[in-house]
Amino acid sequence: MIYSLLVLSDPTRGSMARNAAAFAHTLLARGHELHRVFFLDKGVLCGAACGIYPQDESSPLDAWVSLAQDHGVDLVLCVTSALRQGMLDEREAARFERGGATIHPAFTISGLGQLIDASAASDRLITFGG
Amino acid sequence: MSDDETRSLLLVFRHSPYGEGLARAGVDLALACGAFEHPVSLLFAGAGVLQLCPRQDGNSLGLKDIGKQLASLPLYDIESVYFDAEAGTRYGVSPQDSPVPAEPLDAQALQRLLREHRQIISL
Repeated sequence: MIYSLLVLSDPTRGSMARNAAAFAHTLLARGHELHRVFFLDKGVLCGAACGIYPQDESSPLDAWVSLAQDHGVDLVLCVTSALRQGMLDEREAARFERGGATIHPAFTISGLGQLIDASAASDRLITFGG
Repeated sequence: MSDDETRSLLLVFRHSPYGEGLARAGVDLALACGAFEHPVSLLFAGAGVLQLCPRQDGNSLGLKDIGKQLASLPLYDIESVYFDAEAGTRYGVSPQDSPVPAEPLDAQALQRLLREHRQIISL
């Protein structure tokens, strides 16, 4: 079955965004396809490259990066939500004359069309948070 | 089920217009669906019915006015707009005042609406 995920939750609050990453890994392990993960509103903070977590907590970033690097999953941050929250790739940082990228390169920044495409291309679209 | 129905998407708006960002994100998503000509229906439920309040002034908060954005939905051919009648009563929102024409649904009609869509995004 083809899945896509929509993540709305702030990764620094509660466990919902972590649940989304765990769900993504589990569905791949069970042989399903993951078309895309789209991050909207506070969910775009999942792409933050520089979050530092205490030693007795795992960084939620690692699970996302592994999805992209080990499984080729498309991780897309909504551009409107991302820019507002200072989540920039190299291109946006240059365009708005900010110091540098603030998102991990495993993520890309794009528009809501990518969520609509994910909805059309997937059997299941699962929302986390909201 | 026609092809349109099998591809159809229902957006459920559950948040008040200016308390947090999700109402705005939802309206942006609805407008994007319209721009991409992707069939979409909208349901305002719970505190989401407050987005249908008349005479909103989001600009006074330094924010985009959600009511004005909702009023533009018919320009994008988005006309399947519904709200939970019970929530409308609870929050004192009546359909004739709404910035966008919206049809009230009772509990049974709500269930039917949720069932007949292939995908639901609740935000």
